[in-house]
Amino acid sequence: MIAYIIRRVFQSLIVLLVVGLVAFSMFRFVGDPIDNMLGQERTQEDIERLRTTLGLDQPFPVQYAKFLANAAQGNFGVSYRQGRPVATIIAERAPATLELALVSGVLALVFGIGLGVFTAIRRNGIASNVIMTTSLIGVSLPTFLIGILLIYVFSVSLGWLPSFGRGETTKIGGWSTGFLTGSGLKALILPSITLGLYQMTLIMRLVRSEMLEVLRQDYIRFARARGLRERSVNFRHALKNTMVPVITVVGLQLGAIIAFAIITETVFQWPGVGLLFINAIQFVDIPVMAAYLMLISVMFVAINLIVDLLYFAIDPRLRIDGRHA
Amino acid sequence: MSQPVLSVRDLVVEIPTRHGLLKPVDGVSYDIMPGEILGVVGESGAGKSMTGNAVIGLLDRPARISEGEIHLNGERIDNLSLRELRRYRGKQIGMVFQDPLTSLNPLLPIGDQLTETIQEHLSVSNSEAHNRAVAALEEVGIPAAAERIGSYPHEFSGGMRQRVVIALALCAEPTLVIADEPTTALDVSVQAQITALLKRLCRERGMAVMLVTHDMGVIAETADRVAVMYAGKLAELGPVRDVIGSPRHPYTDGLMGSTPLASKGKRRLHQIPGNMPRLGNLPDGCAFHPRCPYTQEKCLQNPGPRLKTTDGRAACWFPLDAPAAAKGVA
Repeated sequence: MIAYIIRRVFQSLIVLLVVGLVAFSMFRFVGDPIDNMLGQERTQEDIERLRTTLGLDQPFPVQYAKFLANAAQGNFGVSYRQGRPVATIIAERAPATLELALVSGVLALVFGIGLGVFTAIRRNGIASNVIMTTSLIGVSLPTFLIGILLIYVFSVSLGWLPSFGRGETTKIGGWSTGFLTGSGLKALILPSITLGLYQMTLIMRLVRSEMLEVLRQDYIRFARARGLRERSVNFRHALKNTMVPVITVVGLQLGAIIAFAIITETVFQWPGVGLLFINAIQFVDIPVMAAYLMLISVMFVAINLIVDLLYFAIDPRLRIDGRHA
Repeated sequence: MSQPVLSVRDLVVEIPTRHGLLKPVDGVSYDIMPGEILGVVGESGAGKSMTGNAVIGLLDRPARISEGEIHLNGERIDNLSLRELRRYRGKQIGMVFQDPLTSLNPLLPIGDQLTETIQEHLSVSNSEAHNRAVAALEEVGIPAAAERIGSYPHEFSGGMRQRVVIALALCAEPTLVIADEPTTALDVSVQAQITALLKRLCRERGMAVMLVTHDMGVIAETADRVAVMYAGKLAELGPVRDVIGSPRHPYTDGLMGSTPLASKGKRRLHQIPGNMPRLGNLPDGCAFHPRCPYTQEKCLQNPGPRLKTTDGRAACWFPLDAPAAAKGVA
């Protein structure tokens, strides 16, 4: 088990090194940032000085090693556009994205699993069929369209909810939260539905099909034959077995919620990391782009690791294999 | 004579299909007494398992009981709602399935599966349930039961798992056990242990056991009486010694002729010509007549006489007499 974890962490580090190389390569190959940073009135001297300050005059491996060493310490350099450290900018923006992702993720999980189980147990009911049909909308409509539709209905026509921004936020330490104010919570509703809807329908359909498969198994029949309550059969026996394959997809989808918040944040002008990234692309603000890339990859690698460890927690059959690994 | 634990009367199970109504179980009647093992034999699709599932109310839709009655300890149970039936399952009727590898939940320790079953049916404390679970495992011969109670199903061998399954089926002390091919998925050496275990528990507890199998050897060793099924109907019902020694129904006779039995010595095994007809395509008259060596005019038009519970009778218009049966079909 321990050996397995160590091996997985090691593998994760290799993945991060490769991503780091890609991120770093952007500095080399996506134009010369000096052109962007210095205005028209620059002299050759200015250029040379800035190049030395940024370390761009050193050979490639040295720059890469420096980049990695800095990145490991959370130092991603200075934003070309804002002239401030990237780490600070991201730290300012992260709470907005994380809160949005948290709410969407919880919505997707709770409703996805709940409705999935419901439609599996009552698989021929009218309500299940309505839910299944409706879920096709969630799977097939693109995120930006859902966002725009929601804004049109609830902000423009009904005027109930704000169409952009986070509302009022409260600072707690370095963390600005929208959970504590009425307008902050109201502002969360539409973006989190937009962001979580696809994941919710995906989780729901997956849970449903896995659960239907599990309900056909002998041990479910045996549980029924022992006179256990339907509730116990469905949740204690069936749902737990359903979760093993579902966790993989759910883990990756939760990662995707953070990574692909870009579209939702753009539609709702949500001041998060995704919006920061879009603006960075428009300006070729490479340190921000590289940092974002690194952060997302760290997150995905971490989620993958957690998913693997969750398998161990849920499925005892793996624990034995793990000991030999 | 005491009251039978299980009493099935004229049971008919129907499956409506696009091509008409199928009757996988058609007019079956039998009793099982306390402490008695009734073996139910027949080919695949003869309706053996369907009969067992009907008793415990686990028929898969759209199959349903359309006629007949099932009585358990004098109470009628075939018309109960699912909620009422649930109290009988596990508590009064235990069921053992064919494949021990798939009938245990792989994600729960066996102890949890035992205690939840015990606490579902008996109002006992957690520690009492735990003690009973250990006792149940000991009773079925799991060594070091107290230590192994936290183990997961995959940590047991197939034979041990089937013992756990039996412990689970019996932990609430049912009066009837339906064992559906309990040894089919096991090694031959383990098979003998499991049948011996079932037999011992049946004697010790005075349970009624319905042993569904296609293995004549298991029946000969284990059962007190045997019910032979063919195409959904009872072909013959009687004490196991009589049925095996001098079968009355030509089908039973053929079945015996095709079973290697040590008592009969070395001989060429007989084969019943043809296959059991599909349910949607039953011949008129007696369902066995196309394969029967003794078919007469009457068999072509009239279905075999329906067996009542009287022992030792075959559902045949022209049952074999004792000497003819002793000769067997040469």
